[in-house]
Amino acid sequence: MNIQEIILKLQSYWSTQGCVLAQPYDVEKGAGTMNPMTFLRCLGPEPWNVAYVEPSRRPADGRYGENPNRVYQHHQFQVIMKPSPDNIQELYLDSLKALGISPLEHDIRFVEDNWENPAMGAAGLGWEVWLDGMEVTQFTYFQQIGGMEADPVSVELTYGLERLASYIQDKENIYDLEWVEGVTYGDIFKQPEYEHSKYTFELSETEKLIRWFDDFEGEAEQALEQNLVFPAYDYVLKCSHTFNLLDARGAISVSERTGYLARVRNLARRTAKRYVEERERLGFPMLKQEGGVQHG
Amino acid sequence: MAERDLLLEIGVEEMPARFVESGRQQLKETLEKWLKNHRIGHGPARSYATPRRLAVVVEKVSERQEDVEAEVRGPAKRIAVAEDGSWTKAAQGFARKQGISVDQLRLKDYKGEAYVFARKHEEGQPTADLLNKGLAEILEGLHFPKSMRWGRRRTRFIRPVRWLVCLFGEETVPANWAGVTAADRTRGHRFLGKETVIKTPSDYVEVLRKEWVLADVEERRNRIREQLSEMEKEQGWNIHVDEELLDEVTHLVEYPTALYGTFDESYLELPAAVLITTMREHQRYFPVENTDGGLLPYFVTVRNGDEHALSNVARGNEKVLSARLADARFFYEEDLKLPIEKAVAKLDDVVYFEGLGSVGDQVRRIRLLVEALADRIGLDEKARVSLFRASEICKFDLSTHMVDEFPELSGVMGKEYAEKAGESPEVARAILEYHYPRFAGDRLPEGTPGAVISLADKMDTVVSAFSLGIQPTGSQDPYGLRRRASGVVQILVDRGWSNITLGELTDLCLERLKSDGWLKRDATEVKRELAAFFGLRLKAVLQEEGIRYDLIDAVLASDTGLPRLVVEKARVLGEEVEKEEFKNVAEGFSRAANLAAKGTPGAEVNRDLLEAWSERELYAAINSARDAFEAAREEQDARGMFEAIAKLAPVIHRFFDDVLVMAEDEGTRMNRLALLGEIKRLTDEFAAFNKIVIAS
Repeated sequence: MNIQEIILKLQSYWSTQGCVLAQPYDVEKGAGTMNPMTFLRCLGPEPWNVAYVEPSRRPADGRYGENPNRVYQHHQFQVIMKPSPDNIQELYLDSLKALGISPLEHDIRFVEDNWENPAMGAAGLGWEVWLDGMEVTQFTYFQQIGGMEADPVSVELTYGLERLASYIQDKENIYDLEWVEGVTYGDIFKQPEYEHSKYTFELSETEKLIRWFDDFEGEAEQALEQNLVFPAYDYVLKCSHTFNLLDARGAISVSERTGYLARVRNLARRTAKRYVEERERLGFPMLKQEGGVQHG
Repeated sequence: MAERDLLLEIGVEEMPARFVESGRQQLKETLEKWLKNHRIGHGPARSYATPRRLAVVVEKVSERQEDVEAEVRGPAKRIAVAEDGSWTKAAQGFARKQGISVDQLRLKDYKGEAYVFARKHEEGQPTADLLNKGLAEILEGLHFPKSMRWGRRRTRFIRPVRWLVCLFGEETVPANWAGVTAADRTRGHRFLGKETVIKTPSDYVEVLRKEWVLADVEERRNRIREQLSEMEKEQGWNIHVDEELLDEVTHLVEYPTALYGTFDESYLELPAAVLITTMREHQRYFPVENTDGGLLPYFVTVRNGDEHALSNVARGNEKVLSARLADARFFYEEDLKLPIEKAVAKLDDVVYFEGLGSVGDQVRRIRLLVEALADRIGLDEKARVSLFRASEICKFDLSTHMVDEFPELSGVMGKEYAEKAGESPEVARAILEYHYPRFAGDRLPEGTPGAVISLADKMDTVVSAFSLGIQPTGSQDPYGLRRRASGVVQILVDRGWSNITLGELTDLCLERLKSDGWLKRDATEVKRELAAFFGLRLKAVLQEEGIRYDLIDAVLASDTGLPRLVVEKARVLGEEVEKEEFKNVAEGFSRAANLAAKGTPGAEVNRDLLEAWSERELYAAINSARDAFEAAREEQDARGMFEAIAKLAPVIHRFFDDVLVMAEDEGTRMNRLALLGEIKRLTDEFAAFNKIVIAS
């Protein structure tokens, strides 16, 4: 099964389970969790089910396209179900079956892994799912987002598409994966991997990055003052990515690092709080779709 | 009374392996406690656990709660009974409140006065009803270090609760908790089993076995052990079973099947510790050795399931391990390219305690401390060179990829990389050994450089933490300060360096912090806290030596600066208390000490006032005992110290027999008390003899 088919299968499966099929978000981010479809929509009482592919940038993992496993940008297939359904583990295992992975032919385990993203004030409990010893999915019940208690609790499933594909296709090297017949992962991503790594580690200018961070932070502040949550959040993401570039460049000391993280966290928290306030002002419109069921 | 067995099962999504055992025990204890509190008699209880369930079966549980006869005291008779002998309003109110008629009230004496009593008979309720109402309370009584919420529920538990079984005999108790109603249906193995009905509690284990679940923890653990030893026999291997890992694996599976896989032989060039740690930490694999203890290119893993398609599972795991080992090799090769000096320089960017600078700063403090210690120990030039070099680079491996990935390999990798970089064997060994002891019962550094650096590193960490007001409380000791302080004491006991006392070590560390500008609190106060803290550690070390508590108290009341000497003194006392003549010695010292309390503390003996022969004899004996005592102390010779003062005992007794201490003449009296004061001062330097319990 090629990557394109894997994505199509997962989309079709989760669509059947009532998920909105969203598209990747157009601001750089380190993980699908940071997509506003997750970070913001998991806040507050409104129900929400969504699935999407998220290209995720981790500048420090860039390896000039030379490492068989580590990349500047990888792909996550992200599923959010809010509130978490009682049969979510069974739903997840059925999604593996949809990919042709029969639990009886393999060893599937749920191994404790508590996820935390301090910069986003987010934390959850759950597992990494092992398929014959390989971690293929991060399975998390959000307990806290943007520093706020998650209520109701959302469940997040993050499939590592490259990992899953390299297992299914039995390939050692990520660049040999088949994206679709006749096109490899390398055909599409090898050049950008090299160029992004070169830019990140050799060309990016610290002074500019620091200036951009300050500017993005200012924009987020300004948008927040006007109660414009989504634009504010875009700039929080920009800050986060700029910080990641600085970090990958090795341009900031340990104490500076703590300072930058605190600035991102502070913005993320305020944006989260403002989002809930704005939704409340609108009367939590998506609660109505649940047949008027109020949370509590 | 009729009895039935009781089964309680909580079905959950996979619990973290490390909490399963505690959950199993808690469920059993909480249920037993609840039964007791509710006066429900029962037989033995057995508890079970897998990653997906906690269960307990209690045999012979009474069908009804015991009746209870209660007597409740009401108002006093003078308030309850009117002059005409009728019940007052107060008495009637009391009876009403107790739900009985006034005729049933009784008068009885209570503490010398007559009171009204109501005797009540409370009939026991059916156990099934009580369980129905009480199940939530029982289950809320389980606590885990990390609990969570799910969906819209308010309940917190270790993982989401998905089913409950509550079976009393063959009767289902349909109690509700966490949004689930208890029933008689359990779930089997996630993939191999199915949902199934349990008819009666005693069937529990067998019903689950049919559904591919081994609910008994011991059985599951033994099954894995047997599979491993069978594999050992078949393959001619030696599978090293780490008990902690075995526990974890036991709680990762409901139905274990061990299998093995292989990895590329070229990875065997990596240090064994790297291979073993990679397999254990990342993948929970057991490493495989040949019969000589050399690693082989195989690993053993335990699958949660049966033997079907084992080759798939093996192949998948091989693929994962080979990627992990490729990472490890990459780290190793990169680390070898990093010059040690560069690695040391990087430590300036690693935060030590927030507010105490970097690890680089700490290493510089350790280097200076080590130099001060080398002077005291009197190390020769060659030893000093190794010691100083090792102390300067002791933490360089914290900058390596491998230690970043596996912090527990710090020391092991340091030694490996230092050897490869051409450091001397003494230096390389010290980089490993300064970590010892890492836990209670761990080995101590063998080489002197390792011991000195270990002392300096641990002492600096403890003093630094205290200087910031960070101290262990109760079971909380996130920085491992107790372990480190015990390490300091153990090394001092082991080495017996006579020129290094705990107090001086503390001072050296505090002065260093102060002159570097890190000390934020009052030094005297920090020192006092540290003295108390190390006193407790020393006590713990003495307890581990198996020394009697009263002897521990006796030696700890004396000078504790040199832990080796303290331990030796306690050992000598331990031998002496067993002897017949010890009673005589201790009595003499105690009697002298008791009387001395009547004198002026610190008073000097006036030789001219010594009248009786026994006074003069005692005075001379004290002086020679002191000389001998001090000479022995110089040598840290606890036995010599004891013998020096023990010689005083017969002289003391002769003195008491000959003279009346409390003489009428004040001058004579005070001089005799001063003489006894001298004895107390001298013996106190060994131990507080009055704390020693002497069998009569």
